[in-house]
Amino acid sequence: MNRLLPGTVPRTLPPRAYIVPVASTIAGSALAALPLVADAPILPPFGLLMALSWRLLRSEIWRAWMALPLGLADDLLTGAPLGSAVVLLTICFLVFDVMDNRLIWRDHWQDWLITAAALAFCLSGAWAIVRFDGGGGSIRLIVPQLILSIFCVPMTTRLCAALDRWRLRR
Amino acid sequence: MAPPRNRRPGFSRRAQYGLFVGYVVAVAGIVAGLALILMARFDPQGFEMLRMGASDVTAPASSAGRTVVRSFASAGSSVTAYFDAANQNRALRDELARSRAALVRARAIAQENLRLKQLARLVENAPQTVAATRIVASSAMGVRRFATIDAGSAAGVRAGQPVRSTEGLIGRVITTGQISARIMLLSDAGNTVPVRLARGGAPALVIGSGSSVLDLRALAAGQSPFRRGDIVVTSGTGGVYPPGIPVAVVTRVSGDRAEGFAIADPARADFAVVLQSAPALPPPPVQTTEP
Repeated sequence: MNRLLPGTVPRTLPPRAYIVPVASTIAGSALAALPLVADAPILPPFGLLMALSWRLLRSEIWRAWMALPLGLADDLLTGAPLGSAVVLLTICFLVFDVMDNRLIWRDHWQDWLITAAALAFCLSGAWAIVRFDGGGGSIRLIVPQLILSIFCVPMTTRLCAALDRWRLRR
Repeated sequence: MAPPRNRRPGFSRRAQYGLFVGYVVAVAGIVAGLALILMARFDPQGFEMLRMGASDVTAPASSAGRTVVRSFASAGSSVTAYFDAANQNRALRDELARSRAALVRARAIAQENLRLKQLARLVENAPQTVAATRIVASSAMGVRRFATIDAGSAAGVRAGQPVRSTEGLIGRVITTGQISARIMLLSDAGNTVPVRLARGGAPALVIGSGSSVLDLRALAAGQSPFRRGDIVVTSGTGGVYPPGIPVAVVTRVSGDRAEGFAIADPARADFAVVLQSAPALPPPPVQTTEP
């Protein structure tokens, strides 16, 4: 697996090997349709969390441009201004590509830290975009959501790892 | 984790170009995304079809799940009510006695009100109900306070129409799909509602802050008209919201500003009623050239 070119997976893999990462990320975004009426942003951005976890777990399955359709799906499903997750997630993926060339060995704690930084960037970026579009309150509103999402990172990483094992099973 | 050795495509030209094109596409995508954000600022209704199409797909699922959530939520309060039945019974009896007297007074006032209105030849534009529906989901992942209701343009819902529950104002419709519509809740930071105090009638504005706390600002200069526990109702100024709908209760007063919370909690509202927007102004008279 390790010696493959980026973005290429051997053609012998079953279709689910390609579908599972994308489908699980979009399912994370679709959790925004949960029948929950909240008066503050309380749910972690699951679509973003899944995308970041997949990208850190398996750097070879997606190229950077894959963040564009995933971000668009996230924007459509969560009702965010169109383009916000597209921009923020793609920037994250590009930075991860640079980071992969610099940082040679990563362990779980570093992955967690990196995801936390990416989440802070994405949530504050989404807040800034909403504010630019004429809405959005004070930035303090996203702090509880950010803390909650950071504590959700191990969960999504484990979920991705479990899905990854199932995805590649023969 | 093992170092990713696969980022360098080696000597294959094709793989190198592929990687490069991938980056070009990604950067072009970022630029396109920024353009979309800019367009959303100047044309908020753009791409409404695309966005509300997604909402139409997810709304039925949310609607089905909402019933389950609501029954669980009410189960908790019914169990609590059972243990507190005797006290509650006594309190309710007292309240019933008090409200009977108040009801008689209110009937008398309503009669008098009607008579006075006829005297003054005041024409009442009572808002018509467009649809009675349910709130099925809200944007719990985003900064904006939007909610989805279970009726769309097929039921006659249009953008700009106010939405209320039995208790009070909830918000207004911003975009509509076929079978679902997105409403901006009172608590959204982009929402401003002209109100007046139920006690005294001083004009004020209710401004959302993105959380459950609403900001209230007095329009008249000088001392603050607010008092803790005051109720504000829509004034009807501006024509978006019909007058007389309860909006908020004042909880904290600081200077000429105050904080309050919405009277209608969208999470507990059984029904959301979409009202007709204020009647449009009559068309300007046709200029006829005098002979």
